[in-house]
Amino acid sequence: DKTRRGLINQLKAIVGQGPLNQDAVMEIEALLLQADVGVEATDYIINTLQQKLREEVLPPEQAIAYLKQILRELLEQPYQNSYNPIFVPEKDTLNIWLITGVNGAGKTTTIGKIAHLAQKSGYKCLIAAADTFRAAAVEQVKVWGERSGIDVIANPGKNADPAAVVFDGISAAQARGTELLLIDTAGRLQNKKNLMDELSKIRRIVDKKSPNAKVESLLVLDATLGQNGLRQAEVFSQAAKLSGVVLTKLDGTAKGGVALAVVKELGLPIRFIGAGEGIEDLRPFSSYEFIEALLSG
Amino acid sequence: MFDALAESLEDAWKKLRGQDKIRESNIQEALREVRRALLGADVNLQVVKDFVAEVETKALGADVIAGVRPDQQFIKIVYDQLVEVMGETNVPLAKAETSPTVVLMAGLQGTGKTTATAKLALHLQKLERRALLVATDVYRPAAIDQLVTLGQQINVPVFAMGTDADPVEIARQGVEKAKEMGVDTVIIDTAGRLQIDENMMGELARIKEIVQPHETLLVVDAMTGQEAANLTRTFHEQIGITGAILTKLDGDTRGGAALSVRRISGQPIKFVGVGEKVEALQPFYPDRMASRILGMGDVLTLVEKAQEEIDLV
Ligand SMILES: Nc1nc2c(ncn2[C@@H]2O[C@H](COP(=O)(O)OP(=O)(O)OP(=O)(O)O)[C@@H](O)[C@H]2O)c(=O)[nH]1
Ligand SMILES: Nc1nc2c(ncn2[C@@H]2O[C@H](COP(=O)(O)OP(=O)(O)OP(=O)(O)O)[C@@H](O)[C@H]2O)c(=O)[nH]1
Ligand SMILES: [Mg+2]
Ligand SMILES: [Mg+2]
Repeated sequence: DKTRRGLINQLKAIVGQGPLNQDAVMEIEALLLQADVGVEATDYIINTLQQKLREEVLPPEQAIAYLKQILRELLEQPYQNSYNPIFVPEKDTLNIWLITGVNGAGKTTTIGKIAHLAQKSGYKCLIAAADTFRAAAVEQVKVWGERSGIDVIANPGKNADPAAVVFDGISAAQARGTELLLIDTAGRLQNKKNLMDELSKIRRIVDKKSPNAKVESLLVLDATLGQNGLRQAEVFSQAAKLSGVVLTKLDGTAKGGVALAVVKELGLPIRFIGAGEGIEDLRPFSSYEFIEALLSG
Repeated sequence: MFDALAESLEDAWKKLRGQDKIRESNIQEALREVRRALLGADVNLQVVKDFVAEVETKALGADVIAGVRPDQQFIKIVYDQLVEVMGETNVPLAKAETSPTVVLMAGLQGTGKTTATAKLALHLQKLERRALLVATDVYRPAAIDQLVTLGQQINVPVFAMGTDADPVEIARQGVEKAKEMGVDTVIIDTAGRLQIDENMMGELARIKEIVQPHETLLVVDAMTGQEAANLTRTFHEQIGITGAILTKLDGDTRGGAALSVRRISGQPIKFVGVGEKVEALQPFYPDRMASRILGMGDVLTLVEKAQEEIDLV
């Protein structure tokens, strides 16, 4: 099975020990496209690789090492531009993490996992259940809260205003000396103007109500997404002033290559990856791991 | 973004415009743009390759129609081929000769199965068909609550046994219950699962085995990328699907996953989800999907123009 063979072996089958030829480059291109890296980002990567190949003849091992370097530089670019590579809430102060994304991406589950991790690491945590729209969304996040014994601020009324829940959540966090407040928001598609306005409003409340808090605004991207992920990042970035990305469902066979395009185009760092439905299935993002998986076919 | 794609396609057509006839030499660039457009729309690479090869064969074999420009003829060939692959017309939900019709919902996590379950029940209600919904997702927190809440919204009963019961047993008893109640359709919501999760796929296979559904619908998120082909292949091989529902088409994705799903399974896409509300379900129209994948209205206008010219001759 072709996909089971490593990229190196595939390339060697094409060029032997000799330098990479056009067929081999096409093979790499196909791999990137099949990982949802997208035509434009793939063109960029392939052109950069070709450039190098014009300067130097490279056998498969070295060509792949160079390819990995291109990808790694791409993914780590945000750290050159003011983003700290280490991502943790600051102790003894209020951190607010706003979790956003399209429907079904994995926001609520990610909150459950982060809450658990933060609790284990000794942070005082609180969750605000600001998805007041979807059926049983509040019940869902409450179950997650219970799993690590973390309180959930919610409004029991039907069709409650999400902005009001956020407001209440911040008040409670301030009163309790909470260190990490996680805000669960309703899924929304980025082309729904009213829903994106609602999100901007939530973000404004966060900034206004708690000007001294350390705010992180994270977009949850499903690794099975195709090129629409880039559009999502563009629009959410505007509405919620994004500061990072969480890539979920990497326990499947999808590679989440669109995240590469998101990092390249928007300069946002990937912070966590979700690799399962369990409470422990959250890991800090590692560009090394991501690239190895991406190129493993 | 869409405009850029439509533009690049148009550039490709333009290059054909000066030619008198579709030839292998002048078609290559146009084919390349079609390939890029389809990849940009998230059609699976392998599906794109096959599709482009078919278009090439058709285009080269096409008779020259006097008076019709090759670029227009080419656009028409691409579009027609897309519609053809997508399946000609919309296909309704199965109806068993003796009630209840059993419908099984399946798919990856978060694609919209539970929502689509309620949407289908409402759709059937409008056709005077009464449904029972069965809640077999014992894993996801509050999944049963979610289905119960949706059932209440549309006044459709939900059969549930809590989270300690075995999903296979819940499904079996759900169908028994439907017979007892005399409803004519029972729709079984299932937990989301990855196609590579052997235990969960095994569970789904056992549910299918025991309830013998008349319809097994794969629920696919329209924003899915290359993975659409793999997941469809595995669900179809291991479970056997009779159709699909494409959800979240109210977004601005081009929805190339539709082509992959249809092509890989050979089964029709029966409905599309176009919103979070329970009313937001529509039949699937292949021609609309084809123009969406190719770059929305622009291409359709071009096709219409081409069709007019062809009709004139
Ligand atoms: N396999 C896998 N499933 C995941 C992962 N993260 C979330 N899920 C599943 O994806 C589905 C949707 O997750 P949610 O957390 O409800 O997603 P959401 O973004 O909050 O959804 P909405 O609030 O409805 O927009 C659930 O079935 C989760 O169990 C992951 O990393 N891997
Ligand atoms: N905009 C939009 N949202 C949808 C559509 N269908 C479902 N959703 C939303 O997508 C999210 C996931 O839907 P669910 O029905 O919970 O998905 P599921 O497949 O049952 O998820 P799991 O059971 O966790 O695997 C929810 O926020 C739904 O409201 C649709 O057609 N359009
Ligand atoms: Mg949620
Ligand atoms: Mg569900």
